[in-house]
Amino acid sequence: MIGARGINAEAVRADFPIMGRTINGKPLVYLDSAATSQKPAVVIDIMDDYYRRYNANPHRGVYTISEEATAAYESARQRVAAFINAASVKEVIFTRNTTEAINLVRYTWGRVNIHRGDRILLTEMEHHSNLVPWQLLAQEVGATLEFLKIDDEGLLQLDELDDRLKGVRLLAITHQSNTLGTINPIKAITAAAHRAGSLVLIDGAQAVPHMPVDIKDLDVDFYAFSGHKMCGPTGIGVLWARRALLEAMPPFLGGGDMIKRVKLRDASWNDLPWKFEAGTPSVAEGIGLGAAVDYLGNLGMDQVRAHERTLVDYALEKLEEIPGIIIYGPRDPEIHGGAISFTIPDIHPHDLATLVDREGIAVRAGHHCTQPLMDRLGVPATTRASFYVYNRPDEVDQLVSGIQKAQKVFA
Amino acid sequence: MSDDLYREQILEHYKNPHHFGELPDADITQEGDNPLCGDVITLYLKLHDGKLGEVSFRGRGCAISQASASMLTDMIVGRPVQELKSFPTKDLLEELGIQISPARMKCATLSVNTLRVALNGDNHEED
Repeated sequence: MIGARGINAEAVRADFPIMGRTINGKPLVYLDSAATSQKPAVVIDIMDDYYRRYNANPHRGVYTISEEATAAYESARQRVAAFINAASVKEVIFTRNTTEAINLVRYTWGRVNIHRGDRILLTEMEHHSNLVPWQLLAQEVGATLEFLKIDDEGLLQLDELDDRLKGVRLLAITHQSNTLGTINPIKAITAAAHRAGSLVLIDGAQAVPHMPVDIKDLDVDFYAFSGHKMCGPTGIGVLWARRALLEAMPPFLGGGDMIKRVKLRDASWNDLPWKFEAGTPSVAEGIGLGAAVDYLGNLGMDQVRAHERTLVDYALEKLEEIPGIIIYGPRDPEIHGGAISFTIPDIHPHDLATLVDREGIAVRAGHHCTQPLMDRLGVPATTRASFYVYNRPDEVDQLVSGIQKAQKVFA
Repeated sequence: MSDDLYREQILEHYKNPHHFGELPDADITQEGDNPLCGDVITLYLKLHDGKLGEVSFRGRGCAISQASASMLTDMIVGRPVQELKSFPTKDLLEELGIQISPARMKCATLSVNTLRVALNGDNHEED
C-alpha cells in the first residue's frame, strides 16, 4: 500500500539536523533544494563513521580497513545502480557531479563520434552544464548546435521533432528544467531520437532526486546526475551509460585506478566502471551517496514526487494571488517539478531574495545557470523557490508573506 | 554603517533616481553590466573645461546597483575629470552607508566601475 503511505514532512524534518537552524532569529525556511539539497543525519553520520573507523584508499589494499572501504564504496555503487534500475553496476561511473559526467561524454564519446558538420540538438532550457560542453566540442571539431524551442508556458515545442532530428548525432536534453520546473517527456523524445538514429544524453540533475527514474524504461544512452541534490554530499555524481558505449569509448582522465597494465610507453584500461575513474575516488562521498539513495528509497520516490506535486500545486495557487507576479513554467503540476521561477514587478530578484532572507527564507535569485533561457523569457533574472521532502505547505505561506513584506518596502 | 540594506535613502534613490535619462550630446557614453545579476547601467558624461559638466545615467537592476549609480552622479558632477579617473570605490561605499555583503558588492560598485572604464578605457582603480 505504497500509495497510502505519503510523506510525513514533520518526521522527515527530524532527520535533517539543519532544520533546527535559525536565521535572523527565525526558523530556516529552505527553498533552494534545486541548487543543493540538505542532508539527513544518516548521510552525515555514515561519512563521519568512514573517516573515524575505516578511512583507507580502496581497491588495492590487502589490509582490513582498505577492504572495508572498498566494500562500502562498491556497495554504494550497487545501490545507486538499483536506484535507477540500471542493467549493470558496470554502467554506473562515479564522477564529481553532473557537469563532470556530461564533460566526460564530451571528451570521450564526443571527440570520437562528433565530426565536422555533425549536428547536436539541445534545447533553449538547458543548464549551462548541458550547453557549454557542447559549445566547446562543436568549436573544437566544427560541429553545429541546434536548439528545440520552448513555448510561452515553458514547454518544449515538439511538433516538428522528427524533422528537427534528421541527421542529428546527439540529442542532449534536461529531464527537468532547473529554472522552469518543466518535466520533459523523455521517453517519447528518446524514442523519436532513436528512430532518427541519434543518441540521447539526459541531464538528470533535477530529476533523479525528485521522481522515480528508471533508466531501462527511459531507454536513453547517457544519463547524468549529482549526489548533492539528492540528500548526498557534494563531490560525487554519476554518469550512467550503455555498457556497449562505455566499452567502445576511450578513457577520460588518465592515472591510477583506471589502468590494468602500464608500461613506459603505453597502458591498457581497467574494466568498467573503473576505466573512467582515475585517481583515488571520493570514497566518503560515494558512501554518503549510497546512504542517500537508501534514505530516498525508504521514503519511496513515487511518494517524493507526490509530495512535491502537492507543494507545487499549492505554491502556484498561492503565488498567483500576489498582485503583478509573473510565474514562468507550466501551470499543470503534473508536468511541473518542484521548482518555481517568478518575478515581482519593480523588485529585482536579488532585492527580493535579500529581503525574504531577513525572514529566514532561502530562495535563489539570478539566472540559475540558464542565461539563454533568461534571454528567451526576456528577463535578466528570476527568483526561484524549490522544494524537497522536508518542505511543508506553511513554508509556502511564509514565502508569500515574505514577498508581501518586500512589496511594502518597495511600495 | 547601517545594517539595513534598504534604508530609506537607498529606496528613495532607487524610486526617484537623480540625473536619470540620456544626455543626447554626451561626450562619453559608457555601458556597464553584471551579466550574473542582470544589472545594467549606461553613463552619459559631458565634459567642460576639464571638468564633468553634466552627467546622467540610465539602467535597470537591483535597488543597490541603481541607487548607487544615482548617488554617484551626485558625487561626481562638476568635479575635475583628472580626479574622477581614479575615483575611489570606498567613497561611494561610504556614501551608500550600508554593509554590503560580498555577494552584493558587484551591484554596489557597478556604477563606479563603469565610470572608471568611461574615463580610462579600463577599470584599474588607483591604490
